[in-house]
Order: sequence, then C-alpha cells, then structure tokens
Amino acid sequence: MKVTITVNGKTHESEVEPRTLLVQYVRDTLGLTGTNIGCDTSSCGACSLHLNGESVKSCTLLAAQADGGTVTTIEGLANGDVMHPMQKAFMDNHGLQCGFCTPGMVMAAIGLLNENPNPTEEQVRIGLEGNLCRCTGYHNIVKSVLACANEK
Amino acid sequence: MIPAPFDYKRASSAAEAISLIGEYGDESKFLAGGHSLLPLMKLRLAQPSMLIDIGRIQDLSYIRDAGDHIAIGALTRHMDVEKSPVLAEHAPLLAHAAGHVGDPQVRHRGTIGGSIAHADSASDLPATTLALGATYVAQGPNGTREIAAADFYKGFLESALAPDEMLTEIRVPKMNGASWGFQKFNRRAQDWAIVGVAAWKRGTESGVALVNMGSVPVLATSVAAAIAGGASIADAAQLAAAEAEPQSDLNASAEYRVHLAQVLVRRALESNNA
Repeated sequence: MKVTITVNGKTHESEVEPRTLLVQYVRDTLGLTGTNIGCDTSSCGACSLHLNGESVKSCTLLAAQADGGTVTTIEGLANGDVMHPMQKAFMDNHGLQCGFCTPGMVMAAIGLLNENPNPTEEQVRIGLEGNLCRCTGYHNIVKSVLACANEK
Repeated sequence: MIPAPFDYKRASSAAEAISLIGEYGDESKFLAGGHSLLPLMKLRLAQPSMLIDIGRIQDLSYIRDAGDHIAIGALTRHMDVEKSPVLAEHAPLLAHAAGHVGDPQVRHRGTIGGSIAHADSASDLPATTLALGATYVAQGPNGTREIAAADFYKGFLESALAPDEMLTEIRVPKMNGASWGFQKFNRRAQDWAIVGVAAWKRGTESGVALVNMGSVPVLATSVAAAIAGGASIADAAQLAAAEAEPQSDLNASAEYRVHLAQVLVRRALESNNA
C-alpha cells in the first residue's frame, strides 16, 4: 500500500506492506536510524518519536496509521549545527550515558514540556515513566528536562 | 518483531466498519489505537488476515454530558479521557484511572473503547467502568444495542460483542459527588496492576470493581451489599475477593492477591476524593 508521511519537514510517498511498523518505516525505508528499537513491545520508549506533535511509541504503530501525518524524529530537532534546547540540556547536564535511550528520552521530554511547560520534578519523573534508561541515569535526565523547562 | 502479513482496510464510518467485518468475517479484526492488538500480533499470539482500521472515525471521539450520564465515544483516547473537564466534574474516578493506563505515549494512542473491547481483566478501564455501573453501546448490522458492563465480560479476553458488532459508546452514570478511590498496586512504573481497585461511595451506596483478580474484571458485589447493610468499610473490605477467582503467577500468588484486594478495597473506599 502507498503511504504519504511528512517526516522532519519532508514529504515522502512510499510503498509499504500493511504490516510495516512506523519504526521500521523511519529506520529502514527512510534510513533515519536515530530512532532506536529497544524492547519492541511498547515498554521501553527507545522508539519514541512525535506523530502529529505528540510523543508515541513507533514500534506499536503501523506506518499505515501515520499515513497523511507529520512525524518528527530525533534527526529533525537540530537546526543545522544548533542543537534543540532539549538536546543541549541533556548534553549540559550529563543526561546520557550509553546513549541508547537518549533519542526516545529527548522526544518524550519535548512532548512532556509541550503539554506541561513548567513541570515539577515529580511530574517529570511520572511524565517519563514510559522511557527506560538501563544505565540508571534518571537523575540527570530529570535534571536536564527541568533545566530545559527553566530556560524557556 | 513484525506481525504476520495481513491486508488492511480503512473504515470512515461505523457502518462501513461493520459492513467490512461482515464481509471478511472471523479472520478480521478492528484496529483502533492498536496498543493491545499490535503487541499481540507482533508476538504472533494474534494473526488476523485482515485489519479494519477504525482509528480515523472522527465522530466516535467525544465526551458529552447526556443528562444523567456522560457519553464517551469508543475511539476517545485515554489522554482525552484523562484531561476531560466534563469527566473531571461528573466522573472523576474514570478520568483518574485513565491517567494510570500505560504511559503518556500509550495514552496518546490507546482508546477507551479499544481497551474495553479487548476485555483484559488486567486493564484499568474495564474494571473502572464496571465499578461505575457503565453501559456499553454496540453497533451491528441490525442496529445498536446496550450491554450493561456487568453482563459484558465473559471470559479471558472474551466479551459479549458479536463478531460483527463494534463497540461505539460508553455511558457512565454521573457520580453526583460520590467519594472515590483508585488503587493500582504494581512494582514498576507503567506495569499492569498486580491487583487494582476502582471504588466509589455515596452514603450506603457504593460500587467496587477489581483489576486482575481473575479472568474477567470482577464486580465486588458482596462489599457493596455489606456497605448497604451498614457494615464498616474495614469489615466490608474483608469480603473483597468473595466474587473473585484470582490466579497465581510470577508476580503474586492467589492468596497474596486476595490479601491485596482486601487492603486495596479498604484504602479505595476510605479515599476522600470527590
């Protein structure tokens, strides 16, 4: 089937199998491998990206469900060499260790601040409950998100 | 993990969806948000040969004040249930419970109707709507019918919906100032409840339902009867598992689940949320 999806500002028309997952579509069809596959069962959040402005887990969506939609992946955040404020906050606050969860964590965090621009620390922790970091780096991740919120 | 191959059709109305499922029969499934169905398909526990995507039927996403009850379109997402001012006023227990389903990304996609039609006793919204005495509306080729939540859950992932019927609306009676509590016992963020309780109370009237205490969500009618008869909350809560047939699994033995249900029912009924 044919799907038309705008990813990071560019509209793509692609022929996909109905069973193609959105994460496969961005990684394999478009070559945007910044979005990771972790648990593959909608638990870990590594595959988080934005569909129509909201954070979603792309391992549990069909590309067909995103047909006609707008997707933003981690690759779509920076403006040239200028990082998105959330990416910069993660860098400044050591919000990553191995980096595997980071793209999903950043996308979920941006989604969180879109819905709640001034969260408390507790709201950040609960708001990121869908994203797992196995380096146990949560403390600095929360610090990064709060720092980004405070800069706005 | 990738689902087994299937064909895909998109329905633009409930009538079209029902006509399609009539055409493709038993091997077809409705796809709403997909957050119960797609994981099962990826694990190859479900292998429908045809998916009928109902996720874009705009007119089944609404929350309306309908007098004595709130009418919720089956395709209303968990996030919209959680944040609805109408539900915050008239059915705050349901809005609160919806905010405990999965995590924000899941709540952006999963729908209340999908969760109920999936009929998983470990999910939060089947039990919550059961506690509230909800009525579900199903549409089939011959029109619509109402099904009381208490008559809907038939077995593990089995509901009273006929194969060619689609859940279209959930009707939740207004809580009219009842106090309420929602208890979800789990050990990790975003997990399903090991045991969960949704409860409300208004004077000697009450409704209590249990999550993950058997193959279906359980209405704890003995607790409500004891409260109606003047028993204290603590005494009534001892009857929490009277209607339940809990199983043992990796997380908890059946005996431990019974204990949890008694404690959590007491806590839920003692909650002062209103």
